Formats: sequence, structure tokens, C-alpha cells
Amino acid sequence: MRMEHWFYALPLRIRSLFRRRRVEQDLDEELQDHLQRKIEESMAQGLTPAQSRAAALRAMDGLTQRKEECRDARGVTLIENTLQDIRYGVRVLRKSPGFTAVAVATLALAIGANAVVFGVLNGLILRPLNVPQSESLYAIQQGNDKSTWESYPNYLDVRDRNRSFDGVAAFNISEVGLDTGDNPSRAWVYEASGNYFDVLRIRPYLGRFFDASDEHGFNSAPYVVLTYGYWHTHFQDDRGVVGRTVRLNKHPFTIVGVAPPEFQGTMLFFSPDFFVPIVNYEQLQGESSMGVQVLNTRASRFIFMTMGHLRAGVTPAQAIADLNSIGADLEKKYPKDDGQMTFTLGQPSLAGDFLGRPARAFMAGLMLLAGLILLAACANLGSLFAARAADRSREVALRLALGGSRNRILRQLFTEAILISLGGGVAGLWGSVVLLRWLSVWQPLPNFPIHVPVNPDPNVYVVALVLALVSGFLFGMVPVRQVLRTDPYQIVKAGSTGTGGLRMTVRDLLLVVQIAICAVLVASSMVAVRGLARSLHSNFGFNPSHALLINTDLNMAGYSGDGAAEMQRHMIEAVKAIPGVASTGLVDQPPLALGGTTTLVFTDQTAEPRVSNAVAQTYMYNASPEYFQAAGTALLAGRALSWHDDKNAPRAAVVNRKFAVKVFGSVTGALGGFFKRRNGTRIQVVGVVEDGKYLNLTEDQQPAMFVPLLQTPSSSTWLVVRSNRDLQQLAAAVRSTLRGLDPGLPAFIQSWTQALDGALFPSRVATVALGVLGLMGAILSITGIFGMAAYSVSKRLRELGIRIALGAQRQEVLQTALGRAFRLLAFGSAAGLLLGIAAAKVLAFIVYQASPRDPVVLAGAVLVMLLLGLLATWIPAQRALSVDPSRLLREE
Amino acid sequence: MSRPSDLVQGTLDLLLLKILALEPLNGWAISQRLKTVSGEVLQVSDGSLYPALHKLEQEGWISAEWKASENNRRAKFYSLTRLGRRQLQKEAADWTRLSNAITQVVRLEEA
Repeated sequence: MRMEHWFYALPLRIRSLFRRRRVEQDLDEELQDHLQRKIEESMAQGLTPAQSRAAALRAMDGLTQRKEECRDARGVTLIENTLQDIRYGVRVLRKSPGFTAVAVATLALAIGANAVVFGVLNGLILRPLNVPQSESLYAIQQGNDKSTWESYPNYLDVRDRNRSFDGVAAFNISEVGLDTGDNPSRAWVYEASGNYFDVLRIRPYLGRFFDASDEHGFNSAPYVVLTYGYWHTHFQDDRGVVGRTVRLNKHPFTIVGVAPPEFQGTMLFFSPDFFVPIVNYEQLQGESSMGVQVLNTRASRFIFMTMGHLRAGVTPAQAIADLNSIGADLEKKYPKDDGQMTFTLGQPSLAGDFLGRPARAFMAGLMLLAGLILLAACANLGSLFAARAADRSREVALRLALGGSRNRILRQLFTEAILISLGGGVAGLWGSVVLLRWLSVWQPLPNFPIHVPVNPDPNVYVVALVLALVSGFLFGMVPVRQVLRTDPYQIVKAGSTGTGGLRMTVRDLLLVVQIAICAVLVASSMVAVRGLARSLHSNFGFNPSHALLINTDLNMAGYSGDGAAEMQRHMIEAVKAIPGVASTGLVDQPPLALGGTTTLVFTDQTAEPRVSNAVAQTYMYNASPEYFQAAGTALLAGRALSWHDDKNAPRAAVVNRKFAVKVFGSVTGALGGFFKRRNGTRIQVVGVVEDGKYLNLTEDQQPAMFVPLLQTPSSSTWLVVRSNRDLQQLAAAVRSTLRGLDPGLPAFIQSWTQALDGALFPSRVATVALGVLGLMGAILSITGIFGMAAYSVSKRLRELGIRIALGAQRQEVLQTALGRAFRLLAFGSAAGLLLGIAAAKVLAFIVYQASPRDPVVLAGAVLVMLLLGLLATWIPAQRALSVDPSRLLREE
Repeated sequence: MSRPSDLVQGTLDLLLLKILALEPLNGWAISQRLKTVSGEVLQVSDGSLYPALHKLEQEGWISAEWKASENNRRAKFYSLTRLGRRQLQKEAADWTRLSNAITQVVRLEEA
């Protein structure tokens, strides 16, 4: 039935749309024919031609209206009218290019900001990992802190005993030295469980993946699976690479396959260069790491994450219950090693809640601010549109008087609003796509494979266009009431200048709202910038300026055990001998370098150390004697470490103030005191150093201890070199010195300030993001105030002319012209600042040391808003002052 | 507005379909035919006739064709389509049911 209907109707519709003139002619001819016959009929009855014609028209009951009804019957009037509105709208907008450009640019900024923020939100949080059936893939988290770290024995138990997952995979992120025959280099790897690829349900692009059947005990699976990207850049897409042997930390490994291009590992930010089986952990970490022992130690939670697909029909709650029952059993069996073994599930892409929670909070905050920007832009455009509608009240009145329906007039105004919003939306979207593409290939940290995969997808396009349309309706709606209340009689009679004071209130309100929002943005971005400035100058517990960091791994160069320790001493001596070097220290990992080793410590009285009775969890560093001097860490009491603290000497440690207070009650109480490690080793505190930052800048003060290099050797080596020489020259000298010691040693040299980029990266990103949003807020408030001030000056130009002619002073003229704008500005700013203070509490969560009550921030925000106001009203004020009364009065 | 109030809503469509079911006619002839067949009881204004015809055409119930009329003038002739014939049957049946029901109600004896 419907099909048949369209069989008849469609040709008619198409004809009505595209052969409009012909259709109109037909209609006219048909009705004229009828009228003609009617006239003939009347004349036959004896009426005059004029009378007959009048009678015929009367019978038709309004020829034009009937024609319009016939047109309505065609069912395409909506399209026709819309096209007409669009044509007219484009004409109107082209007639005021300044207004159009400002409006489109404003909206493009606001929509662009939203699209970018949403694009990042979409890429990082909404979009799942690029693996099949990612919706059922969960990371397994443990304990109250929802940590994803797990030990190998615990992982095996969970993998083999659970009944809820289709396999559980594990992976760890690590760095190895790769030697393909020439030029040894460092590479990032995932040490993955054998079942890793099978659990993720991925097929190889080339060759094969390693799988569970390759695991025959420790160091039994020397295989490498390359990522597509690494294969492309380092093996030039060579398909013959499969079967080739390469050396990882001097051990032979065979490349067995290449992963598909879309698979870049199971952590969003961090894509590896290749994958290697975790059972070969010892070869990858070096003999000194005692890798086999690490794999066998239940308490050693070194695996970064475990994860798996839920079985069909198993709910997350059931899976958690299943895991918890395994956990309860493990707790009972291994009370010494397994503390709280309760489980939760999280998103694998952001390492569960580890990165997921702060990322979600931050993105939600940004989205909120971006939304505010859009709202401010809408308020801005709304008041512009209201002003235009007021200027066009004569036109509207005339159209109403000539019989145009209000409906049709409103539709026309809406069409203009939508045209602008779509223009702004498309421009903003284009800008954001460019920015997002750039972000996606951005490598923020030179020596880490960190990337931000936020390529725009259809979600982003849809959201941007929907936002554009919604905002078009929002600001298009502002003048509606104005049009609906238009009394054509009054306006045509009095002219459009006779606007009452009341009409302004909606616009005033919008301006206040807009300014308030902008003040919030400005205040919050200042809070963020100030927070960063402070975090850069806060006390790290070491002094990064005038210091070089040289990172190398002796294990990668084939040193292990005592050989490594000997080499480390050689390195220190050799670097110290370079002219201009003040001091040289060595540490297994410097603080604030994206990582750190923590360990549990126990009081000396603890008879049987177990997870539950530890006194503290502390950062642990293996340091050389001169490390504190080189790092610029102040010794508060006791002595630093010395080369005499070797394997034959009693175990010694230097702890930080927090450690001393937490374990011993005070700094003096700590000196000479003993504490225990989990394996029962007693360690004596020989010195106390100042507190510092260890993992990131926003952490609460953490305890830390520094143990002598010779008592707990480590192949991971960071030299800290303090010198007043130019650091670049020094770096070259250090490089040639190290090459003289061993040409095969891979070394990465940078200044400590540069190296801190990693630790400061989150705050920097936050600051830049908030700063940009604040800047946009500032721009919007300028355009808003400028629009309002310029409009009110232009409206009152004649009045101002009269005042000047009557002898008003400059000050009075300005008072008249701009007093209102300034009052609104002050009101809006005050409201915004109050809101900003409230909002900044949220920011303090993200940005280090962001205090909203900071007087500098408050004064700064007030000053900025004032400056913006002055700037925005400057041109209108000049115009008001330069009014030439005689010319103006002559013109009117 | 253009539809006379004494013409029950929707019945104009039925009348037009029925008239065109007998033979294809032009607008003027339809207006004449309406007057004669209903004995001038049903007053359909000239004004409302054409919008109604155009609506029926858009529904696909009638189709139009320009032909020479009886006095050799070019005129638009309307004829019923297959779809229109089905619509006519439906509307006629509806009308019979409705008028029967109303007739019964009207004939109820007052107590």
C-alpha cells in the first residue's frame, strides 16, 4: 500500500520541487479556467462582466489563499520554504560579514574546544582496546588500592584455578638491549605470558605467535614477536625476518612473527617494540636480577597486569566472587606473602584504576570546562542575535503587517542561527581534527614509547555536529520572545529606536552569565598555571639543575654480578676524572623517573615478618656513596654511605626524614636504629637525609631508604654528574669517556631537568589544557563585552551627540555610553570569581599545589577581567568620544 | 476554513472519489456534477474544491492529465487510480457503517 502510494506520489513531489514554474503555471491555468467558466455562467444569467468576475472570485473564497492551499497539498512546501529561508539567510549574513565572521569564529572556537576534549575522552576512555570482543576483556585488580601488580606464582594460581575467564594472560613492561648484528640499541618490550595472544584472540600478521605450548620452564622460550610498527621502522617490512636470530641482552632469541598493525599492546599509552615470553624473564633482566628466583617468589609482585575475557554468561560480580574465593585460599596458605587478596575488575586499556581514575576525573573536569566555553559562546551569540533582532524589528513588523506568519519569521531567524552554528561547527571540527591527528603522532617524551591514540572517529564528528546544532537552537531561541511580542502597529509607527529599557534585560542577563563563565575559566587557568610554577620550584629532595643523568644498563652490555659492580666503580672513577665534574653518584633509578622500587619494612622487634605486620612500604634506592652529594640531597644527621659498606660490612642504610619519623618516631631516634626487611635481614640506619618526591609531584610524603650499591647490587645504572660546566659539552665528554671504557655500552645522556619532563608531564598537560581553555574564556569575554559595548554606543550615538553638543564632559559621555557595560562586567566577574573559587577545589585535585584562595590568583583574575573589560570597551569608547554632534544631527 | 461546516469531515474526499469513479472529469465539471447529484444540498465552495483535488492527487488516489475539454479548451482531467478505487471502497464501507449506526441512534424511541 505504501509502496504503491509512492509510486504515484514520488513523481509528483519531484515535479513540484524541480519543475516548480511549470507546476505553478498549471495551477494558475486550472483555476483561471474555472473562473472563466464561472464568469460565463454569471453573464449568461444577465450580470455585467465586472459583476460576474466579482461573483466568481467571491465563490472562490480568496484566490491567493486557495492557491497556497494547493501548494501545501504538494507536501514539499517545508523543503521549499527551507530552501528559501537558507537563500535569504545567506544573503542577510553576507550583508554583514563582520557579524558573521565574529559569530562563526566564536562558535568554531567553542565547538573546536569541545571536539578536541571529546576526541581525547573518546580515544582514551570511551574507546575500548583494539582487540576482538574487547567488551568482555577485564583487568584483574587487587586489594583496596586496586593495584594491577601481581606475582608470578599468584598469577599461575589465578590462571589455573579460576572458572570465570577464558584464560588469564599477564604482561610486564620492560626495557632490553637489542642487537641485530650491528649497532646495539635499547627497545621496550612486553614480557608476556605464553597464552597472551591466544587470550586476546589475535591472529599474527606474519609468521606465528608464541603460545602456552612454547613454555617448558624458565628460559625455555627464546622467541620474539615484533609489533607491526617496529617491524616497519626497524626491519623495513622485510618478510624474511621470521626465523632470524637476534640478541637480547646478549642472549639469542628467534623472531617468530609480527603482530597485526592495529594491535599495539594492551596499554593505551604505552606500546612496546616487541613481545617476549615472560618465562625468559631472567635472560631479559640479567643474571644479577636472579630472575628465576623472582618468578618463583610469591611476594614479588613485578607483573604489571593480568587480564582475561569473561566466559560467556559469567557476570563481573560472579567472576569477582570466584577470584575472591581463590584469594581467600591463597591468603590462608601463604600468610607470609599474600596480604589482602580481594579482587576487582577494571578496564585494561588504562591499567585499571591506576591511570583510569585520574584520567577519568581529569577528562570529566576538562569536558565540563569545555561545556562552559560552549555555553559562554552561546550566551555571547544569543545576545548578538537578540541585538540584531532588535535592529530588525522594523523588518519583522513590516513582514507581520503584510500577513507573514510569526511562525515563518521565526523559522527564518532560526535558519540564520543554524547556518552560523553549522558554519562554526564545521570550522571547529576541521580545526579539532587537525589537532587530534597531530596529538596522535605526538611523542611527548623522547625516550619512552608513550603516545596518545586519539585519532578522531565518527563519534567525534557526530558529537561536534550535534553540539553545533544544539547551540544553534540555544542562541537562536533568544530572540523568539522578542519576535512573538512584536506589535507591528507600534513599531511601524514609532520606529525601531524607541526600544524600552526592559527589552535589554535578557541580553544583560546573558552577558552577565557569559562573563561569569569566562571569569571561572580565567580563574581556573590561573590557578593551574600558578600550581605548575610552584611545582617547578618546590623541593624535590634533590637539585636537578647543573646535573647530568646518564642511563645505562650493564646487563644489556653483558655485565653481571661482581663484574657489574666493578664496572660501575670504573664508570664513576672515569667520569669523576673529567675536568669540571664536581661529583659523580650512581643510583639504580633516580627519583621521579617514571618508576621506582618499593619494599616492605618491619620493626626490629617483628619476629615473623609478613605482609600484614609491615610498619611501612618504602621506596628503595641502591646508591653509591657520592650519590647524595651529586644529587644535591641534604644530609640531616649521621653519615652518608661509603665504599666500606660492602658485602662484608654490616648492612647499612640512609633513610629519609619521613622514614625516620614513621619507623622510629624521630630523626635522632632513627640514627643507629635497626629495622628488618621481609627476608629477615637486619639493617642499621647510619644517616638521615631530607624528604623528597619519588614517584610523582602530587604524592603525599613517602618514606624512602638508600642502601649501599655493594650490598644490593643492581645492573640498572644511572650516573648523576654534578658540574658547573656547560651540560652539552659535558655530555659529549662523558659519552667519549664511557666509550673508552666499553664501546658496546648503550648510554642515554640528558640533563636532569630534561629527564624530569616525564614526572612533570601530567601537570604540564593539565596546565596547557587549562591555560588554553582560560585563554578561550578570555577571548570570549572580550568579544562579548565588545559586542555589548559597541552595540550600546551605536544605539545611543545620537543621544551622545546631543549631550556633547550641550557641553557634556568626556567622563560623563563615557559614563553614559559604557557605564552599563562596566556594571555588568563587574557583576559577572564577581559571580564568576566566586564560582571559580568553588571550581578550583576540583582543580586542586588535578593540579599540584593549586590553591584557589591564593591571593595572587584572586588578584590576578580580577586584574585580568578588568584589563579584558578595558580592552574590549576601548574601541567603542573611542567611538563615543569622537562623536561629531553637528554631523550626526545633520544626518538624522 | 474553506470547507463548508455542514459537510461532514472527510466526506468531500468520498464524494470526489465516487464522482470520478464514474468517469474522468475536469475541475469545473466536477463542481457542476457535485451540485446536480446532491440536489444542491451539499454546497461545496469552488474554493475548497481544488485544494481537495490536489490533495487526492498527491495521495495517489487520482491522477491528472491535460486534455481538450468539450468546448475545445485545454483542461486538467482527473481520473481514479487503482489505489483510489481501493480507497473509495474503504471509505464507502466506512460511510455506510457510520450512517447506519447514526440512523439507528436517531430512530431510538424516546421513553
